[in-house]
Amino acid sequence: MTNITVSASGLSRRYGTRVAVHDLGFELRQGEVLGLLGPNGAGKSTTLQMLAGCLAPSSGGIEICGIDLLEQPREAKSLLGYLPETPPLYQELTVNEFLRFAARLHRVAKTAIPAAVESAKQRCGLAEAGKRLVGSLSKGYQQRVGIAQAIVHNPRVVILDEPTSGLDPIQIREIRKLIRELGGEHSVILSTHILPDVESICDRVQIMNQGRLAFAGSMAELKQAHPEQAGLEEVFIHLTRQENL
Amino acid sequence: MIATIAAKELRTFFGTPMAWIILAVLEIILAWFFLNQIDAFLAIQTQLASYANPPGVTELIVTPLFGNAAMILLMAVPFLSMRLIAGERRARTLTLLLAAPVSITEIVLGKFVGLIAFLVLFIGLATLMSLSLYAGAALDLGLLISNIIGLILLAASFAALGLFISSLTAHPIIAGIGSLGAFLGLWAINLSAHDPNSWLHTLSLLKHFESFNRGVIASADAAFFVLFIVLFLVLAVKRLDSDRLRG
Repeated sequence: MTNITVSASGLSRRYGTRVAVHDLGFELRQGEVLGLLGPNGAGKSTTLQMLAGCLAPSSGGIEICGIDLLEQPREAKSLLGYLPETPPLYQELTVNEFLRFAARLHRVAKTAIPAAVESAKQRCGLAEAGKRLVGSLSKGYQQRVGIAQAIVHNPRVVILDEPTSGLDPIQIREIRKLIRELGGEHSVILSTHILPDVESICDRVQIMNQGRLAFAGSMAELKQAHPEQAGLEEVFIHLTRQENL
Repeated sequence: MIATIAAKELRTFFGTPMAWIILAVLEIILAWFFLNQIDAFLAIQTQLASYANPPGVTELIVTPLFGNAAMILLMAVPFLSMRLIAGERRARTLTLLLAAPVSITEIVLGKFVGLIAFLVLFIGLATLMSLSLYAGAALDLGLLISNIIGLILLAASFAALGLFISSLTAHPIIAGIGSLGAFLGLWAINLSAHDPNSWLHTLSLLKHFESFNRGVIASADAAFFVLFIVLFLVLAVKRLDSDRLRG
């Protein structure tokens, strides 16, 4: 019927009196990569937490492939893969054990688990690291395990909160390539500070500032809407500074 | 899904030296009590023969052994339960469980079952110790079974309360000290609950264990334990759920 994988409307989140996210709405289609941009404290992580079902919105609704995340969390969450800002890794397990646990948590059929773990390791460049303890890996490798955990169950939607943070330039290039590959079959939402990331991998961008959407559209539309700015960086600074005044 | 989480908890217990050390220390203390009790029994054995209806080996050795095991569990459970939720919160791994298609009830039950499995292992060691008496005496199996059931129920009650306290904070040490305080408080209630009709007596966990310890399997005592366990598991679920709502 429809190839819209994520649909959020009127999404708001308040912490006490502070409004972290205000009236956010967007849609994501199958195979798209959406970049969420914004300065620190703009509400990116809060938005992603709400999309992943870890945080209840104060108001508004979220649908994952037509399933209401708040009404049927189990069905909706099984279509999601989520990498939070701090990768949720059990230091005392090996990479294999950890990924097997993540696959089982996401209800991958028992017989399909070994293949799912192998393919997730392959895609994230962890083929050699299977028997190592997660706690003994470098930060870059831990980040890869975090991404592997988010894709091991082959979800329709992958949510990545700053996937390239803490990685060296070579790893960043590899992760970008991986995200672009993921975008082919899955839908990907990622948040980042790194503007070149967005320019190279995202089909669409959303710029957030102080909990509100400052811009939403494709890269081409962004250039059209702000012809006076030379690139994404200038647009970003223009939009966020303007709102701050 | 509960089994998956429980199995992971068990693996975590045994993946760190903590579980091994706790098991070893508990076993040494318990063995010490056990040998003392056997010594005491041997010392009075000749006197016992002159009684018309003397207490048996089970009453004189197994009953105090399980009584001691209960006190040891009171001290040990906080060290095991403190990490269950607080540790995951601190390491920010709780998100993995919350973002997975798993209900909060399943998360709490999984962790509870994992801890119980570990405690049952300890109770199994105490049981094996008691069974070794078969080498030189006949045991009252009914009394032994009543003790095992009672101790499992008591351990499960400690585990449920410890799990709830662990869900309140992001600091395992605070959860551990809080649980130890709560357990000692329950023990203090036990010390002052002399009147069997007082509400203190009803509330005291150890008093309910004492009936099992004496070999009385009373449904009222079992029901108290079950209610206690359910209450704190429900509170832990509520607490985790409110995390999602409040952030």
